[in-house]
Amino acid sequence: MKTRRDFIKISTVGAGAAALGLSPITWKGLNTLNAASEQESVSDDEMTPYPTYCEVCFWKCAGWTYVDKKGEIKKIIGNKEDPHCNGRLCPRGTGGVGMYSDKDRLKTPLIRETKNGKSYFRKASWDEALDLVAVNLKKIAAEHGPECVALFNHGSGGKFFGTFLNAFGSPNITAPSFAQCRGPRETAWIATFGEGVGSPEPTDIRDTNCLVLIGSHLGENMHNGQVQEMSEAIDRGATIITVDPRLSTAASKSKYWLPIKPATDLALLMAWIHVAIYEGIYNKEYVEQYTYGFDELKEHVKNMTPEWAYGITTIKPDIIRKTVREMANAAPAVIIHPGRHVTWYGDDTQRLRAVAILNALFGSWGNRGGFYLKESFHLPKPKIPKYPKPTKTWRDAYPGQFKLASLALSSGICDATIPTADRACSFKAWIVSGTNLPLTLPNKANTIEAMSHLDFMVVIDTMPMEVTGFADVILPECTYLERYDLIRTSPHREPYIALRMPAVKPKYDSKPAWWIAKTLAEKMGLGDYFPYDDITDLLDWQLKQVGSSLEEMKRIGVKKFDRESGGLYFQQGEEVEFNTPTGKIELFSNDLAAEGFDPIPVYKPHPEPPEGFYRLIYGRAPMHTFSRTANNHNLWDLKKENSVWINPKVADLWDLKKDQYVWLKNQDGIVSSFPIKVRVTERIRWDSVYMVHGFGHATKKLSRANGHGANDSELITNVMVDPVMGGTGMRGNFITFLKEKPGKEVEA
Amino acid sequence: MRYAMAIDTKKCVGCGDCVVACQTENNVPHGYCRDWIVENVNGSYPNVEIELRSERCNHCDNSPCVRCCPTGASHIIEGGIVKVTHNECIGCGACIQSCPYDARYSHPDGYVDKCTFCDHRLEKGQSTACVEVCPTNCLYFGDLEDPNSDVSKALKNRKWKVLAPEAGTKPQLYFLT
Repeated sequence: MKTRRDFIKISTVGAGAAALGLSPITWKGLNTLNAASEQESVSDDEMTPYPTYCEVCFWKCAGWTYVDKKGEIKKIIGNKEDPHCNGRLCPRGTGGVGMYSDKDRLKTPLIRETKNGKSYFRKASWDEALDLVAVNLKKIAAEHGPECVALFNHGSGGKFFGTFLNAFGSPNITAPSFAQCRGPRETAWIATFGEGVGSPEPTDIRDTNCLVLIGSHLGENMHNGQVQEMSEAIDRGATIITVDPRLSTAASKSKYWLPIKPATDLALLMAWIHVAIYEGIYNKEYVEQYTYGFDELKEHVKNMTPEWAYGITTIKPDIIRKTVREMANAAPAVIIHPGRHVTWYGDDTQRLRAVAILNALFGSWGNRGGFYLKESFHLPKPKIPKYPKPTKTWRDAYPGQFKLASLALSSGICDATIPTADRACSFKAWIVSGTNLPLTLPNKANTIEAMSHLDFMVVIDTMPMEVTGFADVILPECTYLERYDLIRTSPHREPYIALRMPAVKPKYDSKPAWWIAKTLAEKMGLGDYFPYDDITDLLDWQLKQVGSSLEEMKRIGVKKFDRESGGLYFQQGEEVEFNTPTGKIELFSNDLAAEGFDPIPVYKPHPEPPEGFYRLIYGRAPMHTFSRTANNHNLWDLKKENSVWINPKVADLWDLKKDQYVWLKNQDGIVSSFPIKVRVTERIRWDSVYMVHGFGHATKKLSRANGHGANDSELITNVMVDPVMGGTGMRGNFITFLKEKPGKEVEA
Repeated sequence: MRYAMAIDTKKCVGCGDCVVACQTENNVPHGYCRDWIVENVNGSYPNVEIELRSERCNHCDNSPCVRCCPTGASHIIEGGIVKVTHNECIGCGACIQSCPYDARYSHPDGYVDKCTFCDHRLEKGQSTACVEVCPTNCLYFGDLEDPNSDVSKALKNRKWKVLAPEAGTKPQLYFLT
């Protein structure tokens, strides 16, 4: 019988083909579920669409949830009016229905009990569970101060718990999206341009002539609008330059792929700056009018020639020159992309500063085809009492450090939960909303230790993630398809708003975040901070203030408003005041100099893998978001596990075969909890291995995801902290292969 | 009328959205699919290329699956769409064997199932679910006999290939290279 594998052999010219997606024949035996009796497709006009915006990732694309006559969610389709998606959701958004239908969902509030030294969860009512949260938080506030309670959050629900925590008296609200992800670029951009990049990034890919990706793997990270615009750029014949030690999907579509030696990107960037300046191909008018510190920069990069960088990066000098000339030819319609997950080597702010400087030299910031001037819509907020003034913050745990961190550090709060002799007070309680910390923060063992020191921990989630197992109280949130949230007002070329409303009633005994936070606040005498009976009252009030209404938004889902901040780009010769110490775009950063950091980036070498070890590089797959979608049946169908990408030369050396399972051991002797499948591929360098983040779930409560693939965050034990803003550099870890299941002595 | 699809391999990122959208549009049970992604890697580091293809039934002009079907369940409708009438299918699997593209699967309910080019959507003037969802807009669909259709326009100015032309099935998926 012909199988998909046979088919691939037929169609493959060279070695290394792999099929994503489903293989009907080989899967037949596996399927025991869902013997759906009616397969006939339902036409759209027999269903009711309800507006929503997606919660499977942070891009928050607006769409329509289609519900059939029986009240079942059939599909989710993008909203054509929404610039985040232009009517086309990504696989995760399309598969968002799997979040709703997942049978492993958290179903009722749970309270931890201990009997005969054994710990277990028992079902509880909302009233009982929230009472217990209130009692514990009050106790901690009385004993240690409310500031010893921290909120870790990701996603829409976190906003309500943020209000709650501020009302409670703690400013310690954090999201791993800063110190574990985009923080360095925000800090670098603020130092250079006086404002952060923000989300969605205002990259004007739609109109660019040259897109430069530094380790950013658009297309594998499905930042929807950007991927769509990149695809248009390919159609238009725009030049794409990708710098990556791996042939990423984006690299495969690029005119230039620079297969750089890992950890040397900054040297390449400085050489590009050198050529731009010394060949005189930078945007002189823009630099003259808008920037500060050009002369210092010119002197600084004097010796950073392409020949210098070649020895570091392995990228040939003529390629370095050719690529920067491509950028100059396209300027100002060129984007040196700031990336998103950029916490790599601990000097990431400096690397991103070099990216910012290069953009400034080509005048791309504020110009068509570079970065547009984003605008978001401002909705009026209801009057609430003033928040109590906290007497301490997470920053007190790090005196004199990380002053340029514009947001709280999740890793910093985690570390400051482990008591030390010299710290007056450590964190005593965590509220965790929608973020699976053991798979999100580096060094899983450290995160688990921190949690063990807590007096109290409450987790709000839709799924029984690893983190829920450490909670004292678990509160089941309903999915985004079953709830209202705040109106989406994220920035874009024009200001837009988007509504999320429930398409169906919450399953099980789950509740929306707004209700959970408000009810908890009421139990603690903080109800005035949630001045509405039902969230629809708030939304309707807000919308009516701006000439819309809940009724209108239920019909249209997305609404566009006119820009109020002026043009989408700087006008020719327009005077612009940047929010930096000099009011200019700072090529030489006064903020960094004041804090004792290099005011202009300096390349410093990073450790290299010891013999027999390979640098661990991780990234995204387009059908998954972090570790949160691994159990989603629709997306699990597409990708069940990650694999470790190994260059054929390395595979030969270790006698590793395609699809063989190996355990990974890092430089500190930490071994992956689960084995991972080998993918032998020419797409990766011989000094590195690659894996997709978010797999290797250890909890059995995730019945599909459990034990599938390996978890990179447990192998990331060498964390290189960025001294500028506290980001956790995670790409300085090296792994080797174990072909046999390791014994206990290895695990210890 | 002759429906066909062109797939731009230069734009496809292999995200699998077409697969999920097809599953939710057509109630394809978990563990099965009517369309899928193939990735080919050629060359050796750093001179490597990859080709990504969103694949499905080729709705062949000369379709072996229709010819070999003992009950007539596999048939061709207007526009050249190859379909299976579920209640006429006895699940013998002859069509699965005959298809050089592996485009068919046995549905757990006992019949053979495959891509329909979303004919239920075409009737309503919509395009297929996969075409309408694709974030990279790399799928072009339409009537080959209409020079202004998306697929005709896509094929006009680009090089393309079909898969397994040697099988002589006259497939109607065109891969832009």
